[in-house]
Amino acid sequence: MSNGNMNLTLKVWRQKNAQTAGKFVTYKAESISPDMSFLEMLDVVNESLTLKGDEPIHFDHDCREGICGMCSLYINGHPHGPKRAVTTCQLHMRSFKDGETITIEPWRATAFPIVKDLAVDRSAFDRIQQAGGYVSVNTGVSTDGNAIPIPKVIADEAFNSATCIGCGACVAACKNASAMLFVSAKITQLGLLPQGQPERYRRVQTMVAQMDEEGFGSCTNTGACEAECPKEIKLTNIARMNNDFFSAKLFREESIHEEQHGGA
Amino acid sequence: MSLDAKIPQGPLAEKWSKHKFNLKLVNPANKRKYDVIIVGTGLAGASAAASLAELGYNVKSFCFQDSPRRAHSIAAQGGINAAKNYQNDGDSVYRLFYDTIKGGDYRAREGNVYRLAEVSVNIIDQCVAQGVPFAREYGGLLDNRSFGGSQVSRTFYARGQTGQQLLLGAYSALNRQIHAGKVKMYTRTEMLDVVVVDGHAKGIVTRNMLTGAIETHAGHAVLLCTGGYSNVFYLSTNAIGSNVTAAWRAHKRGAFFGNPCYTQIHPTCIPVSGDHQSKLTLMSESLRNDGRVWAPKTAAIAEQLRKGTLKADQVKEDDRDYFLERKYPAFGNLVPRDVASRNAKEMVEDGRGVGTSGFAVFLDFADAIKRLGEDTVKAKYGNLFDMYIQITDENPYKQPMRIYPAVHYTMGGLWVDYNLSTNVPGLYALGECNFSDHGANRLGASALMQGLSDGYFVIPYTLGDYLATIGPKKVDTSHPAFEQTKKDVIEHVNKLLALNGTKTAEAYHRDLGHIMWEYCGMARTEEGLKKAKGLIQALKADFWKNAKVVGENEEVNASLERAGRVADFIELGELMVDDALMRRESCGGHFRVESQTEGGEAKRDDENFAFVAAWEFKGENQPEELHKEQLVFESVHLTQRNYA
Amino acid sequence: MSEFKQTFNSSLGKKLIMALTGLFLCTFIIVHVGGNLLLFSNDNGFGFNVYANFLTHFPPIEVVAYILYLSILVHALYALILTVKNRKARPVGYAVQAKSDASWSSKNMGLLGSILFLFIVIHMGDFWFKYKYTNEVAFKEYRTDLATGQTTESAYTPASADFSHSVSVENNVEIVRVKDLHARVAHTFGNIWYVLIYVIAMGALSFHLLHGFQSAFRTLGWVHRKYTPIVYAIGTWFFAVIIPLAFAAMPVYYFFCVR
Repeated sequence: MSNGNMNLTLKVWRQKNAQTAGKFVTYKAESISPDMSFLEMLDVVNESLTLKGDEPIHFDHDCREGICGMCSLYINGHPHGPKRAVTTCQLHMRSFKDGETITIEPWRATAFPIVKDLAVDRSAFDRIQQAGGYVSVNTGVSTDGNAIPIPKVIADEAFNSATCIGCGACVAACKNASAMLFVSAKITQLGLLPQGQPERYRRVQTMVAQMDEEGFGSCTNTGACEAECPKEIKLTNIARMNNDFFSAKLFREESIHEEQHGGA
Repeated sequence: MSLDAKIPQGPLAEKWSKHKFNLKLVNPANKRKYDVIIVGTGLAGASAAASLAELGYNVKSFCFQDSPRRAHSIAAQGGINAAKNYQNDGDSVYRLFYDTIKGGDYRAREGNVYRLAEVSVNIIDQCVAQGVPFAREYGGLLDNRSFGGSQVSRTFYARGQTGQQLLLGAYSALNRQIHAGKVKMYTRTEMLDVVVVDGHAKGIVTRNMLTGAIETHAGHAVLLCTGGYSNVFYLSTNAIGSNVTAAWRAHKRGAFFGNPCYTQIHPTCIPVSGDHQSKLTLMSESLRNDGRVWAPKTAAIAEQLRKGTLKADQVKEDDRDYFLERKYPAFGNLVPRDVASRNAKEMVEDGRGVGTSGFAVFLDFADAIKRLGEDTVKAKYGNLFDMYIQITDENPYKQPMRIYPAVHYTMGGLWVDYNLSTNVPGLYALGECNFSDHGANRLGASALMQGLSDGYFVIPYTLGDYLATIGPKKVDTSHPAFEQTKKDVIEHVNKLLALNGTKTAEAYHRDLGHIMWEYCGMARTEEGLKKAKGLIQALKADFWKNAKVVGENEEVNASLERAGRVADFIELGELMVDDALMRRESCGGHFRVESQTEGGEAKRDDENFAFVAAWEFKGENQPEELHKEQLVFESVHLTQRNYA
Repeated sequence: MSEFKQTFNSSLGKKLIMALTGLFLCTFIIVHVGGNLLLFSNDNGFGFNVYANFLTHFPPIEVVAYILYLSILVHALYALILTVKNRKARPVGYAVQAKSDASWSSKNMGLLGSILFLFIVIHMGDFWFKYKYTNEVAFKEYRTDLATGQTTESAYTPASADFSHSVSVENNVEIVRVKDLHARVAHTFGNIWYVLIYVIAMGALSFHLLHGFQSAFRTLGWVHRKYTPIVYAIGTWFFAVIIPLAFAAMPVYYFFCVR
């Protein structure tokens, strides 16, 4: 199947499931073409493993064009590999040297338990979004789309935050396994747009509360997340989130306190 | 069995409003007594789940990915059409309707398409309200661009990531309902069958992809929003996981499959680079707004380009053939997708293809960069250019892009009536999963429109009518049909796990793709299709003998998942070939070589083929039965499409 | 749980405490370095000793001092709590850690902070504790002729054990009697080990503030396209270069020039 001339050694984390212990297993990837994507290289390895009757290396992937956020992999010490602003599925083998040893690990975080081999459970991200990452409007809005003009700079800035693909590279890169870049991106997107204003100070509280519950670490502003984010989400999002959070907690009268503990 | 599309009577523009009024309503207090199962969380599935939950129904939502946000709608780039006429350039609901039905080569229903155009304006309003960051002008108003097959600017967009932003909007609405407890979300869960009780769909059977547990779920209605089946071609722009399994298993339980041969081949994709390729990447059609498509005038120049002795930018202006501009002066590079794709194929067959493989033509931005400046081009298409650089290691700011058509979308799908109901009562199909609104060819920026239209604005009305009819009596999984269907699924899974041959499911998939692309791709002949049918049947037999599946059911098992999907694709492939063979006319994405005009354009046969082909499954290895739904055109006059 | 408690127990709330205490300590060191510059004035410690006496006996300053000690403790305690929590967020580390874009100091704030905390304990034990709670620091008497402005000094032994300081004027001569912290400083800085500890600690201070100052602004959410570069410049040049250099220069100067 392969048609290239690169030969590589892979050190891959294999782990049957969250309950069993894992270990590194070494594989050879032979006749790899530099035009292959990283995942296509793994496809080649998996095809030969399957034919031998071994279980293929499990990893999450879907769109393979860098937008669905399903692929992950911590490759040679970098989430999504050594290239900036690309996901693993868009990382091509020309970024590696013939004969190189590549170490492939899953995202490591308490909040991302391992599913199998290199795949992790990122449902914590969904739960954070469910806690408040939306504008509460029902279907059937009749306000014209152009009724509220939004300055281009604001719309663009909101878009920059909205491009987050929810892959979890920020958590994987952060030495504290903090999810703040992810969380702040949604808070910033909706916090900038006029549509998001009514719930702005509620949203930041509910989302941060859920983030804390999931067991992510705290931000220490090292900026590793920003450097590794495949969509180049900026660290300033976190500052915006902090600002909104402290405004909400210290200066606003509305509170999420009662409903969280009183129950509705 | 007669096919009733249930198109309302009356003037075109009043059909939907009148129909909405005539549909039965479910009393608000009763809504919570109904359970609705929705499979798939793309634009159609997520929007339907959110909207129905907002109304008060209990929704169970399923997706095979780890999160509903990853559905493949996320990868749509270009934009979404809406007849807002913000640009004052002559757009209207009627024009969007007309463009869409003409673009579909008159193989769609007038009533459906008009409704789609009508609600398009609501979609934009809805998405803006959700906080979707559409592109805006300096004045703060929404920006538009033009798209293939249209002469007005009606496409709303969010840089090159419109699908992502719309899906995240729908996902956020879905999240809100999950939080409210109205939607129960099942991720990493694959639907493997529909449960039919007394002729009505009452539930599904699923496999938990983490534990392998085969489970049954009951509901008053089942909505399939499971996308298209382009991956039958192995290489397509679809996500690796996109599959036909849900729709195909529903088909085998009685749902008709409509127009399976209608596939869209998108003209602007990155060419294949080798056998290792696992998928193709689309470059948004919006690139054709500013890029010019050309091939060298002679095969000799093409040969030099292929060898690399000549660089594309060194080809003299006189030696370039801007074939779309030459052949279609009115639309130029913005002709519909099928036309653009077929012309690229002709160039390649004429020996004028470029790139190392020879399977490519150029899409050149040199003029646009000269006219607008590199910065403007970068602002408009930067992310697409980056993606191109990443994949090909070539710089499109300096050298023209190489593009080639790739399978991108399937217009065919489960047959549904005006209410989006399949012929199995209680079983609905939304979005790309159904066959409905695009006829034989889909216009750019209308897939997102259809998915959201179905989910936000159609199903909330039409489903209520059905639910009010059947009443809120509780449904559960106690009926023996559930146990039986579950048994069937377990048997199927075990059959797959028992395969211990010498070839992976992926390799079979690749073989199937080669057959489909070769004989049921951009051009189809009677002879080729007949040959393909034999090849597919042989492939199927071989698969069940020599395929290899590893691992067990009770664990995460990608090998098993893939094998199940490939088995279904093989069966679907055969039906597509049957359909293509039956349709002895050219229309839209379906080009029968035997049916073309003197100029080599697709030639329809309205007399004999102005119908929807709805296929009925008659049993394993039995020929399917064709049902025809005649298309009635009251408002538009059928003409041969002409983009010159 | 009260709302404030809830706020400060959240991950962001803990960071807020770190930022506020950190910035307060930053303002303190400005005052501290300013006062200590008196060590460079060639007056046999007159200015410095008077300044030290003022700091320890002016009641409002004493209140501030207790806030300061509390800040140091809270800053360190919360750092510890956050570190433990952050470790828990990733119990299994990576086998391969590549060089990342994150700055060295930002990744080693805990280490730097620990060095500083240790230093503060030594430093306060040496001066503050001995000055306030022991008799190890002797007294000095400065007599300034108000007509000529000339100052002479001599040792002074107080009559009572309770004596702290006094200022009086006799015959146009001002007599100031204070604890001679200056002598203690000069003595300590004569020891090469102390000098080394001080210089290393100031290195740690530099890196700690290089990240800490601007990070506090980020934590507070005070980020602005126009003003953030100014914050960075202040954090880098003033807090991470000038202040640590000035502090480090003191022991070095005493070791090499005063002895």
